[in-house]
Amino acid sequence: MVKGLAVTLSNLARKPFTTSYPEQRIRQHPRFRGEEFTWYEERCTGCASCAKYCPLGIIKIVTSPSETAPLQGDKYRLETFDIELQRCMFCGLCVEACPYDALFMGSGFEEGQYRRTDLVITIDRLRQAEKNPSTWFRPQLEGMEYRPGAGRPLGWREVGRENWRWHQHEKAGMRLAGGRNDNEGEA
Amino acid sequence: MTIRTEPMTVNVGPQHPSTHGVFRVRITFDGEDIVEVEPVLGYLHRGTEKLAEERNYVQVVTLTDRLDYTSSMINNQAYCLAVEQLLGIEPPPRGKYLRTLAAELQRIASHLIAVGFFVQELGAFGTPLMYTFRSRERILDLFEMLCGARITVSYMRPGGVFADTPPDFWPALDQFLNEFEGELEEIENLLLSNEILMVRTRGVSPLPADVAINCSVSGPVLRASGVNWDWRKIAPYDAYDQVEFDIPVGENGDNYDRFWVRMQEVRQSLRIVRQCVAQIEPGTVRRELPMVLRAAPGAEAYGRVEASKGELGFFLVSDGGVSPYRCKIRSPSLINLTITEHLLLGWKLADMIVSLGSVDINMGEVDR
Repeated sequence: MVKGLAVTLSNLARKPFTTSYPEQRIRQHPRFRGEEFTWYEERCTGCASCAKYCPLGIIKIVTSPSETAPLQGDKYRLETFDIELQRCMFCGLCVEACPYDALFMGSGFEEGQYRRTDLVITIDRLRQAEKNPSTWFRPQLEGMEYRPGAGRPLGWREVGRENWRWHQHEKAGMRLAGGRNDNEGEA
Repeated sequence: MTIRTEPMTVNVGPQHPSTHGVFRVRITFDGEDIVEVEPVLGYLHRGTEKLAEERNYVQVVTLTDRLDYTSSMINNQAYCLAVEQLLGIEPPPRGKYLRTLAAELQRIASHLIAVGFFVQELGAFGTPLMYTFRSRERILDLFEMLCGARITVSYMRPGGVFADTPPDFWPALDQFLNEFEGELEEIENLLLSNEILMVRTRGVSPLPADVAINCSVSGPVLRASGVNWDWRKIAPYDAYDQVEFDIPVGENGDNYDRFWVRMQEVRQSLRIVRQCVAQIEPGTVRRELPMVLRAAPGAEAYGRVEASKGELGFFLVSDGGVSPYRCKIRSPSLINLTITEHLLLGWKLADMIVSLGSVDINMGEVDR
């Protein structure tokens, strides 16, 4: 019993272990699998690997052939890219399945909405969202001292692993580089 | 003079603060003595085994997180071992070590929960639980570094783990190992020298070894009864044949022994983690496999691990398709519940919750 009291006494002087959430925020690891998926349209080919690999089937992708020459290697145009976040379990298998580094886990965790339909992330929201991807399953982001919450969004040129096996012959975003001007991702 | 009394039936649960989830047990009392026990299960049934039949082999990993949600890493490991047996592959050495390391950290976290809630059920509300949760929190932070999630980890994949560790993981693990030693000592000082805990648990609800074996219980409950049985020693998987550790064994199988065995296992797990850190070498962590795995038609495999609660096994049957034809889960919590009657009959109302807590069941795993 004396021992127990000694433990109690030694803890009196210690500073609290807990943080009170809205004022102080806990340090979040860059690998944290958060909500609000980050998606880079420039990298996406519309292959729908993510939709196929999702265990719950909550990603809906509709594409149509691009008006500009598809035979010259232009990609599909994406019409729908809905992620039903209310059913998502954040396993990250869609990110693992993406061969072009177009889809990333998000880093936020405060996606509260009043209606369930508001939880469906549409393609417009994905386009407009600030790109703070998680480094989950993206080792190329891990060496570059990047922290999702630090206020420096990443552009699509910074996030790829072009030296990967899948990118040897066909680099993501390569087709966009010539001819079309893209201001996104220059930041 | 005797007073005529009638037996009284009481429903405990399914929503009771101390039944570790939605566990319901119907108990008949004669005064204060328990005369009849009937566990009622199934309130958390989610059909995991059936769901596994329509997901491919990698996708099922996400389901296993949700079985025993206090030891998701070990569930991942059991499932991945079963799939690897089915396909006849083996992960690279670094993958094996990372799995062992993660599983042992998870065992520490799970046992800390078990001990914390066990003491809480003895009436020590809050304080010891907060001590154990403080340490568990740090393990969960390490998991967040490893795999981006704290509970639903989905860390392991058939053929290894999903990715290598981030660069800041190893310093953080070192710091945890150094500081956890002191925290563990603190918890032990607080609990093992407590007179109330001794009186309330010593000799209460003993489980003889032969009964334990007949009920086919496993894990700390079996070892507390004096049976030296641990799958990590008997059939070593992953990197357990490379590390040294002892198996703590109790004597009487009473509540105190079950509690004591868990405390000792935390120390042994810590030993294993230290050895893993010392032995691990750089290399690949995952076998190159196709995204969608296929096994030979008719192939069967049973992968088992020593989970924090006992033997956890996955029995997989393949019909040549992309998903298992049958996935049977042998969950330790369900089998360990078979001793409920042996533990409770003849004991008093006050010891009921404590004895149930000493078995350390997890309803996510019991009902699946």
